[in-house]
Amino acid sequence: MGMFRDIWVYRGFILSSVRREFQSRYRNSILGATWAVLNPLAMIIVYTVIFSHLMGARLPGVTSNFGYSIYLCAGVLTWGLFTEIVGRGQNVFLEYANLIKKLSFPRICLPVIIVLNAGLNFAISFGLFTIFLVLSGNFPGLAFMAVFPVLVIQIVFSIGLAINLGILNVFFRDVGQFFGIFLQFWFWFTPIVYPLTILPPEVRVLFIWNPMASIVNAYQNILVNGLWPSWHTLIPVTMIGMAICAFGVRLYRKRAGEMVDEL
Amino acid sequence: MTGSISVANLGKAYKQYRSRWARLGEWMFPFGGKRYHLKWVLQEINFNISPGEAVGIIGINGAGKSTLLKLITGTTQPTGGRVVISGRVAAMLELGMGFHPDFTGRQNACMAGQLIGLSTQEINDLMPQIEAFAEIGEYIDQPVRVYSSGMQMRLAFSVATAKRPDVLIVDEILSVGDAYFQHKSFDRIRQFSREGTTLLIVSHDKQAIQSICDRAILLNAGRLTMEGKPEAVMDYYNAVLADNQRQNVKREVMDDGKVQTISGSGEAMIEEAALLNDQDERLEVVNVGQSVKLRVVVRIISDVPELVLGYMIKDRLGLPVFGTNTYHLRRPLVNLHEGAQIVFNFQFVANLGEGAYSIAIALHASDTHIDKNYEWRDRALMFSVINVDKGTFGGVAWLPPTLELTQ
Repeated sequence: MGMFRDIWVYRGFILSSVRREFQSRYRNSILGATWAVLNPLAMIIVYTVIFSHLMGARLPGVTSNFGYSIYLCAGVLTWGLFTEIVGRGQNVFLEYANLIKKLSFPRICLPVIIVLNAGLNFAISFGLFTIFLVLSGNFPGLAFMAVFPVLVIQIVFSIGLAINLGILNVFFRDVGQFFGIFLQFWFWFTPIVYPLTILPPEVRVLFIWNPMASIVNAYQNILVNGLWPSWHTLIPVTMIGMAICAFGVRLYRKRAGEMVDEL
Repeated sequence: MTGSISVANLGKAYKQYRSRWARLGEWMFPFGGKRYHLKWVLQEINFNISPGEAVGIIGINGAGKSTLLKLITGTTQPTGGRVVISGRVAAMLELGMGFHPDFTGRQNACMAGQLIGLSTQEINDLMPQIEAFAEIGEYIDQPVRVYSSGMQMRLAFSVATAKRPDVLIVDEILSVGDAYFQHKSFDRIRQFSREGTTLLIVSHDKQAIQSICDRAILLNAGRLTMEGKPEAVMDYYNAVLADNQRQNVKREVMDDGKVQTISGSGEAMIEEAALLNDQDERLEVVNVGQSVKLRVVVRIISDVPELVLGYMIKDRLGLPVFGTNTYHLRRPLVNLHEGAQIVFNFQFVANLGEGAYSIAIALHASDTHIDKNYEWRDRALMFSVINVDKGTFGGVAWLPPTLELTQ
């Protein structure tokens, strides 16, 4: 519980760090924060206009022109949030090594900053995507609300993974390198650009071992078909997420002191 | 009891693994026993500091001073023992931590303040005062990347000391900035001390320690060697330094005796070098104009046809101040046999200005060491010159004039 109090006491620091990181990216540019909007906007346009109209990609069983585009965006945007949290989280202690070695402050602030930053970036791109859904008449209706609990589950899972990898990466730098490669395989092992149904059934059963598959699948169901997710498929990933979070906190408690020596 | 520090049986060791695989092995099989050995950098440190006291920590580089401060501030975890500290702590282990070059001084000051636990409200209230103390003018609203390093230091110091802490921990930063700001920052620290802040200062600056501290702690090789009045501890510290030098000499002789590739061919070597006063006592500190004696004991390892001993006194920047040798003094030695010992005594008056000096000593044949170099030793001796009774003057030489005025 002391952890949450620390976060509260240092909320000023956390918020200005998030602001600073966001600003520093566009600091010396003329258009400034506009870039934060232009980048995801460009991506969404590519996925929607090019895929749906130029390539005429269609999703089996979906009549809408934009079916595949929405399917793709639902997966890619949320996967982006996942990789940003995990990818930056695994380097967070190394990135802030100087600060950690020289100053005494609650280190738990650092992952919080990462998560908030990733959340901010995601909010922008997902916000644009939502506007697109509304404008193109594809807004899924009330089922859209289900996106938020799924996001919470995904973020818990990402944080758990990030904390563990972040700590391990301090002691074994190979972890970061390895996970970069692992993430690429993971991406293609998750039905993001292709629908699960194109795979043969014997391969499809393997996807039960991929926690991210059930999460991405839930988003796709909501956004493409306007269906509420089947919550029971999300139970395993929720459990895994909470378990690795607890394990990560324990690992942190045990290794925090040694970690500073190792940086 | 806010502002007290209590350090009990404190120790810090770093784990050293033979290889990265050894660590991996230990993590994978935690019951397979320890695969590292501990390298102790601090051991059995005990002391108490009462509120309002000012304590200096001294010791040579690598004695464990900074590690001790990091343990006290909680940046690193102790391997054994504990630190109890009460009240708000401000630590200045390194100034300007977390400054981002693209943001303005004001934004960075705000961030640095939050990092040391001030609330946004507090920082806003303190900002005019921070600005005023730093005295960097309009630069406060410029990005930090255009700052000079001195300006960064000024701002960082101003933020770190914006609010009087109960405990202030300072690591060797009193020497930052220009002379004006040094004085100013030192005054602020002194004022805090008067108002009841507990001070813990690491410094090599003898004067700083003696003028501000009530007590000094000497660390040597990770252990608390002495604790007491600053003057007493400083004197002892100088003795330790001297001892260190002697040991170095010995160590080098042993190494040289075996390997002898370092400096010179080794037919003759310096056994001992010392600066003595008229009573033949070793000197670390010399008064301006004091009569001193440089004694060098040389041992002949194998027969040499010719031996010249030269020395050069250098100032703290390494610039030569004065040098001569026995060739120029017309006392070269010839045909020396193995095992012979020669004692050289150079008597001179230290007509030097205040400051730190070193003496380099060389053994060679003929008038330069280019011909045949038996041994060359830079900084064979260190000493400092202080001005006790000569009145104020500047420069490295003491050249007292007599003044005649015609009006």
